[in-house]
Amino acid sequence: MEVIKIVGTDDTPTVILDVENEIFEISGRSLPEDVTAFYEPILDWLDRYSESASGKTVFNFKLVYFNTASSKLILDILLKLEEMYEAGKDIVIKWHYPEDDEDMEEAGEEYADIVEVPFEQVGYSLD
Amino acid sequence: MDKKMDVTDFLEFVYSFYKTMDDHEISLVYEGEVTHQITKAFTSLTEANMEREEESNSTQKKVFHVMVECLQNISKHADFLEESQFNREGRGIFMVSKGKEEYSVTTGNILENSKIAEIGKTLDQINSLDKDGLKQLYKQQIKEGRLSNKGGAGLGFIDIAKKTGKKIDYNFLNINDNYSFFILTSKISRI
Repeated sequence: MEVIKIVGTDDTPTVILDVENEIFEISGRSLPEDVTAFYEPILDWLDRYSESASGKTVFNFKLVYFNTASSKLILDILLKLEEMYEAGKDIVIKWHYPEDDEDMEEAGEEYADIVEVPFEQVGYSLD
Repeated sequence: MDKKMDVTDFLEFVYSFYKTMDDHEISLVYEGEVTHQITKAFTSLTEANMEREEESNSTQKKVFHVMVECLQNISKHADFLEESQFNREGRGIFMVSKGKEEYSVTTGNILENSKIAEIGKTLDQINSLDKDGLKQLYKQQIKEGRLSNKGGAGLGFIDIAKKTGKKIDYNFLNINDNYSFFILTSKISRI
C-alpha cells in the first residue's frame, strides 16, 4: 500500500501511515482550515487498508491540541478502526498525552468510552 | 461642524478608546471578518504573551481552546445587517482581557432573531450541567452530531464549558425586528 506522510504545521498534524514499517501515527496540532478536506485522504486510506490488513495495527495518537471540528473527524478514524476490530483484525489504539495535560487525557477517556476497541492511554513527560 | 472640532472629537475618541481598553484590561480587540489566518495570528500572539508572562501550561491551553472555538463561532455563524457598512457574514468583535484571577474572551456579532431561542436554550442547558453532565452531552453530540457544511461540529460551547469549568455568560441586545447583537463571554481561571 502507498505510504501517507504529511509533515505537520502549526495548524495541521503530522500523519504517517506506513504499513511496511508498521507506523500508524497522527501527532501534533489539529485545527485545519478545512477539516474534511484534510482528513478525507486519511479516511480513504483506512478504508483501503481495512481490506488488506493482516498483521497487528498499533495506531498512535499523539496530539497536543485539536479543535472541536477535528474531534469529530478523529472519532471517524476511531470508528473505522473499530469496524476493523469487529471484523477480526488485530487493532490497538494508543492515546498519548502529556502527563500534565488532564484535558488531553480526558479526551482519550471519552473516545475510549465511545468506541469498542482495545484502547491504551499513555502519559509522557515533556522534559 | 468645523474641521478643528472634528479633529478634537477624533483625538478624544482615540484616547477614550485607549482608556476604556486599559480600564477593562483588554489585551486584544478586533473587529472584522474572522478568517483562518486571523485565528492563527491571534492565537499565536496570545500564546506568545502568555508564555512571556509565564502563565501555566494548563491556563495557556485552555485560553487557546476557548479562543479558537469563539473565533470559529464568529466565522461560521455571524449574520449581518444589510444597511451596515459591515455587511458581510462571518465578522464580529473579538476581545481578550486579562484580570488578576482570570482571562476573559468575549465575542459580539449580529444574529438573526429567529436563531436566538435555540442558542439560548443550548447555552442554558450547558450552563445547567456539572462536569459529568457536560461529558455525557459531549459524547452524545460527537456521536450523533453531523459536521455542518461550514465545518461546525456543534461542540464548541460544550467544549468551552468543559475546559473552563465555568458558566458561559451571554446576552442578546435587540437591534430591530429581525436582528440582535449576540455577546458571549467565557472566563478562564489563571492557575
